[in-house]
Amino acid sequence: MVDASPTIDSFNSLEQEVIKEKRSSTALRILKYTASRMVMMVITVTIGVYLTVLIANMGGYVDTIRKAQIREQVGLIVANDPVLRKLSPEVRNIRIAEMVRDQESIYGLDKPFLVRSFLYLKQALTLDLGRAMSMTSNSGSSSVRNIIIERLPPTLLLFGTSDLVLFFLALMIALSLSRHYGSVMDKIVIALTPLSSAPGWFYGIFLILIFAAVLRVLPFGGMVDAPPPKETMAYILSLLRHMLLPVAAITISSIFLSVFSWRTFFLIYSSEDYVEMAKAKGLTERDVTQKYILRPTLPTIITNFALLVIGMWVGAPIFETVFQWPGLGRALYQAIGLFDTPVIVAEAVIFSYLLGITVFLLEIVYALVDPRVQVGNEGPRA
Amino acid sequence: MNSIKRTFNELFKYPSAVAGLIIILLLIALSIYTLIALPYDRAISLWRGESKDWYASPKYAMPAWINSFRKNKLPTTIILKTDDPSVVKTEEKATVIYEMPFVFTADAFPSEINVFFKSTYTSSPPFVGLSIITPDEREIKLGNFKVERSLAYYLSQDQKLVKKYKDIPIQEALLMQPDSKPRKPLKGTYKLIIEGVTFDEGSTVSAEAVFYGKVSGIAGTDHKRRDLSIALLWGTPIALMFGLVAAVGTSLTQLIISAISTWFGGWIDVLIQRITNVNMVLPFLPILIMIGTFYSRSIFVILTCVILLSIFGAGILTYRAMFMQIKESPYIEASRSYGASNSRIIFKYMVPRLIPMLIPGFVSLIPSYVFLESSLAILGLGDPTIPTWGKVIDESYNSGALFNGYYYWVLEPSFLLVVTGLAFAVVGYALDRVFNPRLRGQ
Repeated sequence: MVDASPTIDSFNSLEQEVIKEKRSSTALRILKYTASRMVMMVITVTIGVYLTVLIANMGGYVDTIRKAQIREQVGLIVANDPVLRKLSPEVRNIRIAEMVRDQESIYGLDKPFLVRSFLYLKQALTLDLGRAMSMTSNSGSSSVRNIIIERLPPTLLLFGTSDLVLFFLALMIALSLSRHYGSVMDKIVIALTPLSSAPGWFYGIFLILIFAAVLRVLPFGGMVDAPPPKETMAYILSLLRHMLLPVAAITISSIFLSVFSWRTFFLIYSSEDYVEMAKAKGLTERDVTQKYILRPTLPTIITNFALLVIGMWVGAPIFETVFQWPGLGRALYQAIGLFDTPVIVAEAVIFSYLLGITVFLLEIVYALVDPRVQVGNEGPRA
Repeated sequence: MNSIKRTFNELFKYPSAVAGLIIILLLIALSIYTLIALPYDRAISLWRGESKDWYASPKYAMPAWINSFRKNKLPTTIILKTDDPSVVKTEEKATVIYEMPFVFTADAFPSEINVFFKSTYTSSPPFVGLSIITPDEREIKLGNFKVERSLAYYLSQDQKLVKKYKDIPIQEALLMQPDSKPRKPLKGTYKLIIEGVTFDEGSTVSAEAVFYGKVSGIAGTDHKRRDLSIALLWGTPIALMFGLVAAVGTSLTQLIISAISTWFGGWIDVLIQRITNVNMVLPFLPILIMIGTFYSRSIFVILTCVILLSIFGAGILTYRAMFMQIKESPYIEASRSYGASNSRIIFKYMVPRLIPMLIPGFVSLIPSYVFLESSLAILGLGDPTIPTWGKVIDESYNSGALFNGYYYWVLEPSFLLVVTGLAFAVVGYALDRVFNPRLRGQ
């Protein structure tokens, strides 16, 4: 979000391991590449989550949560145990203290910090963070994992749709502008590029103001009407109506810069000799575009797009809050308000996962569209 | 010196950049004015409303200049005090009558009417009665009651009046043209009559009547009656400071780190590349949120964390690619051959080479940090003491400003944000073209 300056070579220079090119089939090549990227991704995300856990626990917050939970559980056990209840208060307190100590050693709270931090790492990676302090999922469960899993699909739906719309729309406009270089439309888009300095939520507020508050044609926020329509068709329609503004806000905030930079790549590539040659051969406009301009620029464009998507994930909490979209980001906002520490930590972990998976997927797509990827550090230079 | 002059000359060829520069200068001037005219302590105490500064200020009032664009003029706040020179005071033994004239010319009703009384007495408190005489000579009786030391009389909560006017709001019932539908205010000179009866020697009673308007000041007011201009003014230096410090801090460190990374190569380079990879999957905002929730919301702590988390960003990769070329250039080889130290090569020969690349980069980065500051405020992570643009948006949003139609409340800080963001962005783009002529014309 902050560091969104488009870098052309970033992913190429990210590639450090040079996979020696052997004469292997494309499928094997891709498989090998995928496996190595997967390992890298897992290592990266693990380190990322470990850092997150360290930050969260710097003030001993995770420890405090754990200890409080243990005391609560022990309290419940004692309250429900008729034998223990009959004991005198002193003896019972000694029993409680013993049980708490046992439990704490089970959870590793008596171990040195380094050992404990790895224990937390394992729990964080599996989202096994126990119970939320005050939040619950819609089904009424207060397990952190359930809350996160319930909130995941709306977020994926919203951002997946927006990413697809943005990618293809920007690609189409950029291609058409590169063909009409210097036209009025071209100049307008260049002039509008600075608009991309404002994030999606900002345009969201304006769209809500215009379409929901003044014109009253679209909803203020949320994912479906309340109560949700029972019929599938009506449900989908209501969903689409609610998605219109958020998707538009994301598109407006990112499209001008993407179109501008992609169009510039297209222009650079369409002045190559081989493109002139292809045109001279009498190939159709369509063939020239797809095989001679789009193909060599795609890796660069995908790199550019990857940074955009990463920026979008980062901005999700505010974006979903503005649109009251019941996804992960809004859950994070609610968790801040309720000071619900386990949920906040789990949110940080799930966003690491999403970022890691995004980077991973885009690297795979990158390998698919750029056959030179495993030759070495030499990537396309724009 | 000459190169700076040349840069500016080049820059002035872009009209958008000139406009951007003018806006930036205006914002800087506004910041300086704010710091001088409204010192920090005063601003904070006003914004917290510690000293009850806002009792005579209307709620949800639009900015006053809006009246020049409206056919139906909205009322401004009218404050009548018993010691005003226009007040006719008649004293008769223990009775004192204040006749307070005021002119009402607006096309809409006031939002509220409150009267604040103060009295001094020794044994039994004075008694007051209120009434209003309308321009068409009707007299409307309001409440009468004892005033013990100080008392606030909210007309909308006077049960007798509520019963009398049923579903017409009191402030409208008093000032409306009789039987007008839809209700229209009666313009002209009104008189508010306050009759006080004192029972002790030397006992006094004074009053301040406030007819709250629907417009106020240059920026309007919020749900806590505070004048928004305080937050908007103070938001300017803070937004500029946050954007500038974060952008300069991030890009400078990125430049130095990538210079070190390319110069030494080997494991240092690999390590820095790896850190950059990890940083890419670190959830930026959730981590900032954790820091804000668990440790501190001070703007300086957050600013430091923002810089730390942004250092190993995509910028490092861009700069590294450029340094790779510089590293191989003859002048570096020459400096190495005469035995220049590593730090000399990095800081004296490599880093300065890329400063021209750095400037457009960091100018274009400023808007994203300015917006980041308000993003954090919207998540409730703004510095609790300082009023900023983001916090105004946050409060307006939480009070349902869009839903209730208080658009000015959202639009004012948004407008400032977008103007600031666009100004830096257009200057950044123009600088980029000046410093990297390769991009020109494309």
